[in-house]
This record gives sequence, C-alpha cells and structure tokens, in this order.
Amino acid sequence: MEEEWDEDGPEVVKRFMYVNRKAPYGTVYALEMLEKVLIAAAFEQDVHVVFMDDGVYQLKKGQETKGVNMKNFSPTFRALEGYDVEKLYAEKESLEARGLTVDDLVVPVEVLTSEELKALMSKQEVILTA
Amino acid sequence: MVNEGPFQHQASDSAYLFTKAALEKGHEIYRVFFYYDGVNNANKLSEPQADDRDLVKLWSALAQEHKVDLVVCVAAALRRGIKDEILAPGFRISGLGQLIESGIVADRQITFGD
Repeated sequence: MEEEWDEDGPEVVKRFMYVNRKAPYGTVYALEMLEKVLIAAAFEQDVHVVFMDDGVYQLKKGQETKGVNMKNFSPTFRALEGYDVEKLYAEKESLEARGLTVDDLVVPVEVLTSEELKALMSKQEVILTA
Repeated sequence: MVNEGPFQHQASDSAYLFTKAALEKGHEIYRVFFYYDGVNNANKLSEPQADDRDLVKLWSALAQEHKVDLVVCVAAALRRGIKDEILAPGFRISGLGQLIESGIVADRQITFGD
C-alpha cells in the first residue's frame, strides 16, 4: 500500500509500458489511459508510453475538439516531462500509414519499427493496453 | 484489470472465468481492478434477465468465497455514477494507485478488454 512507503517512494521499480492504440476521441480509452500513466509516474515506476495504430492521433498537433464537445487533452502530454515520463515511443508503421511524421506531434517521441517495439515490449514487466 | 462493463462486452466474463480458474488451480489473485466501463461490474442495482448470468453477483460470490480484493477506480466510478451506496458486496472504491501497486506486487498483470 502506498501509505506504507516512506518518502523515498516504493523500493520496487518495475518497467511499466502503456500501449495507446485508440484515437483520442470517440471512446474514453485514451483519456483514462493518460490518467493511469500519471499515477504510475507518481509511484516512481519506470514508465514507457507507446503510441501505435490510431493511438498516434492522440499526439497530433492542432486538435480542435469544440465541435465534438470534448476537452482537448493533448496539452497534458506536454506535461508528462514534469512527471519524469520521458520515454515516449511511436510506431513507425502507424505514423506512415496515417501520413504523419514527428513534426506533426505535440511532444518529441522516439520512432520505433514494429520489430523494435516488439523487442522493447519483451523487456517490460507490466504492460497495460487500451 | 477489467476494462469493460458486464453486458456490452465479453471482457468481464473472461476475467471472471480466468480468476475463478486461477484460484481453482491454486494461484493467488492479488487483486481485480475495475477501470473504464468495468466499474459497472460493481453496480448492485443491475438486474439482468432471469435466464442471463449475473456477473455482479458472481463477482461478489467470488470475493466472499476466496477473499478476492475487488477494487473499483474512484475516478472512473464517479463519472459513471458508481458510488459506495450502490456497491455490491465484496467491492470497494479506491484510487488508481491500487492498480499500479498490484502491478508492482504481482508476478503477472492481465488486462481484459480491447
């Protein structure tokens, strides 16, 4: 339990990976995933965040959401750095299939091929997807 | 982690059957965490038709029989009107920290949902 940890945080640090595969709006998965990422960071875990499939759209610059009556939460990705969440990855194939490059994204990411991503995933201890 | 409600999606059925099978095989289930629409698994006001399985009751029975810790995410729950007064027996509402903690403590963390 968190209360049992001292000020130095938990003794165990695991490699957590969050795999975002869904578009930012249309379903609630992306928004609630982001809330989950922020909590793991608060627990001082080794957090990796991956964007693939339609999940790469979560990072698209210039989101204008008034028309769908939703809050634009993409600026929050820029705040991740402040939580020491700096390991952000996007899948190369997913970006290319959607005509996107790193210049279209609100935060810097490391672009990995699906093969490289597979290798990174195999090193994780906890993987959460949505 | 259960990410879907009990009627729209098979995820909570799969999670329930997996949990039950794991317990029967002698494994320890540290916690079941309900997130997204999965929080609807805890709604005791749910009344499925008589010939349908009742997952809310099944989870409660599992919690009672095996002392499984069923945790509903507070932020996801409040959005969806799931509060203490409508919580089925065996469920408790707590924070996302409980999900991260179970990931740290358990050997495996498994996600049920899309």
